[in-house]
Amino acid sequence: MQDLLTIAGKTYRSRLLIGTGKYRDFAQTRAAVEASGAEIVTVAIRRTNIGQNRNEPSLLEALPPSRFTYLPNTAGCYTAADAVRTLRLARELLDGHDLVKLEVLGDPHTLYPNMPETLKATEELVKDGFKVMVYCSDDPIQAQMLEAAGCVAIMPLASLIGSGMGILNPWNLQLIIEKVKLPVIVDAGVGTASDATIAMELGCDGVLMNTAVAAARDPVLMAKAMKKGVEAGREAFLAGRMPKKLYSASPSSPTEGKIAPKAA
Amino acid sequence: MIQVTVNGKVHSFERSIDVTALLASLELAGKKVAVERNGEIVPRSAHANTLLADGDALEVVVAVGGG
Repeated sequence: MQDLLTIAGKTYRSRLLIGTGKYRDFAQTRAAVEASGAEIVTVAIRRTNIGQNRNEPSLLEALPPSRFTYLPNTAGCYTAADAVRTLRLARELLDGHDLVKLEVLGDPHTLYPNMPETLKATEELVKDGFKVMVYCSDDPIQAQMLEAAGCVAIMPLASLIGSGMGILNPWNLQLIIEKVKLPVIVDAGVGTASDATIAMELGCDGVLMNTAVAAARDPVLMAKAMKKGVEAGREAFLAGRMPKKLYSASPSSPTEGKIAPKAA
Repeated sequence: MIQVTVNGKVHSFERSIDVTALLASLELAGKKVAVERNGEIVPRSAHANTLLADGDALEVVVAVGGG
């Protein structure tokens, strides 16, 4: 049986979601996305450079929206109002596309989410017909509030955006996974493939990352590694790991039929 | 003459123009952009019949790489 990720009624084979920022150029962006196997790619919405864009290549050409599910974000927004405006622009830009990534930031130093504004924006966007995947703190109570507000995926940070510090609080992630029914996708903090594996072994439904791939010495190779890391973690989760036993060692080989010990 | 702000910069026009004409004057005709006027989306289907007024503030955006 195929193990699919379902978000807002649509299914995906890949549980790795990839950001498209910080790459050398669009060719590298495309190569990394292809290597990662990701089907969902995040994009940012920014002012166009008036007067300098006649031959500027477009991200929409490098990653055709017909092949990838775009996830426009609200990176850089510090209020619910700005986030909502940004996503309305995104929906207009992408011909009515309504699956979005909401992030309302608290300060530029930590990029930690501002949860009261995030909740406010979620409510407004849901009312306006958006399917909201929401970047949030790893607080299980806030996660439940977001679920009640009608978002379609909970996306707690594992550590600060762009930090590469890995999964700092697996216990909170596990609480969120237990408490909410929606897909839980770790968004932010993954630094290398084992971090992605740990997130998936905990029971996360997916992992979203950007810097861990884009800032690797070889982004395309790292994208490939992340694909395997996510798949390995997912399969380990589904397989169900053995219990940890601190003091009772158990040999893997039979204890019967051993040859006679040599007499002393 | 009218003055409108586009992406934070003031542009002057001899007479009121519509959004389609504005985009053409900014060499954005046919480009995949989204337009917001005074905080409200101007749908693509309404570009040709949305006349700009003096003092309007517009945002013209595209999709770029981002996390």
